[in-house]
Amino acid sequence: MPEFYFESLSAFWQMGGYALFVWLSFGSTYGLLAALWWFSQRSQSRILQDLAKKQQREHRVRAQQQLEEENNEPKT
Amino acid sequence: MFKWLDPYAKPETLYRICGLWFPWLMTLAVLTLLLSTVWGLGFTPADYQQGDSYRIIHIHVPAAIWSMGAYSSMAIAAFIALVWQIKVAQWAVGAIAPIGAVYTLIALLTGMAWGKPMWGTWWVWDARLTSELILLFLYLGVIALSGAFADRQLGAKASALLAVVGVVNLPIIHFSVEWWNTLHQGATITKFAKPSIDPSMLWPLLLGILGFALLLAALTCLRLRTAILLNEQHRPWVRALAQQSVHKGSVPQTNAGRGV
Repeated sequence: MPEFYFESLSAFWQMGGYALFVWLSFGSTYGLLAALWWFSQRSQSRILQDLAKKQQREHRVRAQQQLEEENNEPKT
Repeated sequence: MFKWLDPYAKPETLYRICGLWFPWLMTLAVLTLLLSTVWGLGFTPADYQQGDSYRIIHIHVPAAIWSMGAYSSMAIAAFIALVWQIKVAQWAVGAIAPIGAVYTLIALLTGMAWGKPMWGTWWVWDARLTSELILLFLYLGVIALSGAFADRQLGAKASALLAVVGVVNLPIIHFSVEWWNTLHQGATITKFAKPSIDPSMLWPLLLGILGFALLLAALTCLRLRTAILLNEQHRPWVRALAQQSVHKGSVPQTNAGRGV
């Protein structure tokens, strides 16, 4: 079992003087990966509802057209 | 010979399979990456030359390897889409491209953050760095082309073509450290020789490589599901799913494990 390498937690944060570069790397990596996951997940969970809304709209438009055709018929 | 592959090319079946696989792949990916990061950051000794800055290797190398791995899979999908006109292969190209672009960006950013303390500069126009930057532009080109035409089919074809042609860049990236005198170091792990890294540092690195691979697979599943729904939206099975989502009040969070 590997042991904790650093003497203290503050030494761990300092990363032997390379804190900026190490934490910048890990931070940007997980930031980007999390953003990619979040955007992908969001579009997946929204798409079915969006499609359902679109269907309802199509349905309404078709019903409206039918109604107008029926109203127009007696006049002609 | 490839008859057994047929059901996977059927969008509805693929949608279901991706839905089954996604939660497992995602969980495994998160666990593996977490383990690799904790191990690599805190439980390995420092490098005798580079000190603690070398710890960046645990994300830099996996991201770089899979930036090329993702490109290969995307190009294979593009080739299948162009030659055999298989729709799901076409959608896979669009699903993988943004993941590959993010991996490439990570490889470049972590490389810069590693280069500054070790080489004294954020960036040099070294063969390895330049060819990896071209890889990012290729990904961006594939993404941009697929949306650049009013005719979606035409855009898809153009982006698939670019993806296939861009494969020429992969061997250039891989062999750049051998063909040219680069500032970038040679390979640490190769298939043919003993790795030039101590076993205590090798394990978290291998875990990182596995983690990035699992994440690539998981996100491809997730994004492919969205692409399938979008492209099949006029088919009865998608219309039925959309109706169900309304009746249930909301869409199941990830549709995970529900087999829908």
